[in-house]
Amino acid sequence: MDTVKLVYEIDGDNFSAAGEASTAVKRVLKKLKLPSAIVRRAVICMYEGEINMVIHADGGRAYVDVDEEKIVIRLEDRGPGIPDIDKAMQEGWSTASAEARNSGFGAGMGLPNMKRNSNDMKIETELGVGTTVTMTILFGGEAS
Amino acid sequence: MTVKELSDALELKVFYMEEEDREVEGGYCGDLLSWVMGRCPENVAWVTIMSNQNVAAVAVLCDPACTILSEGVTPDAELLERAEKQGVTLLGTDMDEYQLCWRIKELLG
Ligand SMILES: Nc1ncnc2c1ncn2[C@@H]1O[C@H](COP(=O)(O)OP(=O)(O)OP(=O)(O)O)[C@@H](O)[C@H]1O
Ligand SMILES: [Mg+2]
Repeated sequence: MDTVKLVYEIDGDNFSAAGEASTAVKRVLKKLKLPSAIVRRAVICMYEGEINMVIHADGGRAYVDVDEEKIVIRLEDRGPGIPDIDKAMQEGWSTASAEARNSGFGAGMGLPNMKRNSNDMKIETELGVGTTVTMTILFGGEAS
Repeated sequence: MTVKELSDALELKVFYMEEEDREVEGGYCGDLLSWVMGRCPENVAWVTIMSNQNVAAVAVLCDPACTILSEGVTPDAELLERAEKQGVTLLGTDMDEYQLCWRIKELLG
């Protein structure tokens, strides 16, 4: 299989429309005939990351690279950054706005879902500068 | 049991039907979308009270057999449009989530 590289702009203005990029990624991964368990894990990682960029960081850019052995999803934003990563990683911890909560977000489950469904997750963040989340899904490995 | 059989048995409203012969293999209930996203199995009837277009996004990604809006909730215009465009079967009922899940369980066994 050739390496596939995808790039998506994530619009931060309208969080009720969020999920478009994840839906597009799912379509591509299915076309590549990857196992459905792998597609599901990648799509959960992508969706949660996409939503976080929309509701916490005013949008950003998603890079998805697929080769013979893995999917790498890199999500870059220029949002406020994450002050305390350990806290952010806890299930149930959320700073989502009332508006985001009314739309069904803010369970504080996004980052834990991303961690659980990837084999490796790295968060680089700087306050006032932005956040980059990089997740790797190995075709050989089980979810972490 | 197919989506149509379930829908007929529970007298559900049909907002959008994509595949009425699809088999329903269970149920799942939840409103917090990232919770649902991480846990909702494929091929189930997903019960929720949310009505915005993020419901369609989660349904496309988790791929339940159908999505049922409870408590008389109706999909907003964007949700309906996205459900049609992306092939998400969207049903509805006046029952609350507890009653609806109870009835689904009775039917599916
Ligand atoms: N890209 C980001 N930029 C800034 N802060 C973030 C970002 N992603 C996550 N956070 C912070 O980490 C917290 C936890 O994120 P997580 O995705 O786990 O939960 P949530 O988005 O609040 O709710 P849910 O994902 O369940 O809808 C967020 O509430 C927010 O404070
Ligand atoms: Mg989140």
